[in-house]
Amino acid sequence: MSHLQINNLSKSFGGLSAVLDFDFTIAEQELVGLIGPNGAGKTTVFNLITGVYKPDQGKIYLEGKDITGLPPYDICKKGIARTFQNIRLFNDLSVLDNVKIALHTDVPYSLSASILRLPSFFRGEEKIHQQALEYLKIFGLDPIKDEIASSLPYGEQRRLEIARALATRPTLLILDEPAAGMNPNETRELMELINWIRDEFNLTILLIEHDMSLVMGVCERIYVLDYGQIIAEGIPEEIRNNKRVIEAYLGEEVG
Amino acid sequence: MQDKKRTWGKFILEVVFLVALFTLVQYFITTGILNRYYQINLTLMGINVILAVSLNLINGFTGQLSLGHAGFMAIGAFASVIMTTMLEYPFIIGIIMAMLAAAVAGFIIGVPTLRLKGDYLAIATLGFGEIIRVVLQNIDYTGGPAGISGIAKMTTWPVLFIAVVVTIVVIVNMINSSYGRAIISVREDEVAAEIMGINTTKYKVLAFVVGAAFAGLAGALYAHYFYIIKPETFNFLKSFDILVMVVLGGLGSTTGAVIAAMFITVLNAFLQEYAAVRMIIYALILIIVMIYRPQGLLGNKELTRKSFDRIWGGKHVSSTNK
Repeated sequence: MSHLQINNLSKSFGGLSAVLDFDFTIAEQELVGLIGPNGAGKTTVFNLITGVYKPDQGKIYLEGKDITGLPPYDICKKGIARTFQNIRLFNDLSVLDNVKIALHTDVPYSLSASILRLPSFFRGEEKIHQQALEYLKIFGLDPIKDEIASSLPYGEQRRLEIARALATRPTLLILDEPAAGMNPNETRELMELINWIRDEFNLTILLIEHDMSLVMGVCERIYVLDYGQIIAEGIPEEIRNNKRVIEAYLGEEVG
Repeated sequence: MQDKKRTWGKFILEVVFLVALFTLVQYFITTGILNRYYQINLTLMGINVILAVSLNLINGFTGQLSLGHAGFMAIGAFASVIMTTMLEYPFIIGIIMAMLAAAVAGFIIGVPTLRLKGDYLAIATLGFGEIIRVVLQNIDYTGGPAGISGIAKMTTWPVLFIAVVVTIVVIVNMINSSYGRAIISVREDEVAAEIMGINTTKYKVLAFVVGAAFAGLAGALYAHYFYIIKPETFNFLKSFDILVMVVLGGLGSTTGAVIAAMFITVLNAFLQEYAAVRMIIYALILIIVMIYRPQGLLGNKELTRKSFDRIWGGKHVSSTNK
């Protein structure tokens, strides 16, 4: 059974159809890339999957269950986590608190226990603290756990966003241009990290990327989106040589 | 183990401090060192602290600009007076009913309006605050515009002190928990919070209801100190008063709200004789704070024992360096 299946998904803003008849499927623990020129509708697809936008038509199934039109927090609880193209951390909060917020879906004590400071509150907070630290350690962020998120350098903010997404305990992780703004070295490290977390957490990963070396390097299968429609799908080798893809990226050959 | 010891140590220290503060003020009141004038201002101070800390939960921590806090205070005031003066229940029942009624009103107003953002929410809550006042003015049972008078004075220093402490403890404990982090995440980035599994509407409404309940408590305390309540007392200017305290103290700082509420009360007492210029001075303070310290006195930081240690510790270090 496919992990995520999308049938006929469409979304338009005013007269512009951002996504049109989008069909997509991803198997469990597969690593799939979604590429396309600027404005092709990639982020809109992510926003539709995670419930930020409601689709005009079409269905989205997660592990066979219809999740179309659910609010984002419900979709998160069902196991989809994501990062954002233009990093959206909780800027005024510490690195540690950013991850702790992601752990709230499983909060082990009640609101009244926290107001009355019952023993269950202290036990629960200790548990949350340790769990959050573990996620930070994976990404080497534990030494800076008390820093304010917005004060971190760009690369660390990216890593913190992935750590925070993982802390919601997803089965499907969606990364929106994770390598944006990174140098080739950082990109290579990120590729290794993505592969490693997939194996470590048994994740299915879907990523949008502009950086061709990253997409071709890690993705097992690639979808190409142009003007809101899929124009190609296949393994990296096929995509590299696909005429329509080359046209979409570089324009048609004259003559 | 060490941490546990420190937590207990801190707790005992806090209790000792509170008991000492309470006893000291009680001593001043019984010996008459604090005369009637000071006592009135002390009561106003306590009520303002409750109002500022509870509004700060909504405006500061949740980031939802509400301008209708006086409306909830009015509901609390009238609900408690109906219970105590008209139906002759004890004060504690009046207080509980005040908080419940204000919480229910907060829920009814919060659910539809909290879908709105920023200025739209501010205008909607402002409108609801005024609706509450106008409705109260037109209910004959509560005396219409004349309000209710002859309310027994039941807000004593012990009652006030307990109410202030309970308000601060409940809100501080709530904020310093996973639920509080969820509330703050709404302020930080609503979309990111939703994606992280936070039902933002639920936490906005929760903060709104809890904030409203404590405004209701403040209303009950107010009604049972000043003998008479009129709907006009709880107009937009009262909401504005509370907002000034919260902004002055720093949105998202409970200690800031407490300090600012006390400061504004003292300022009000001084300006009583110049009622006409009071609002001018208010506005000037706001403008000056916004220009020189837009984040408020404390920003979103808290004043703790640690911050004092840092100030003195810092001096100590620099003096040994010389």
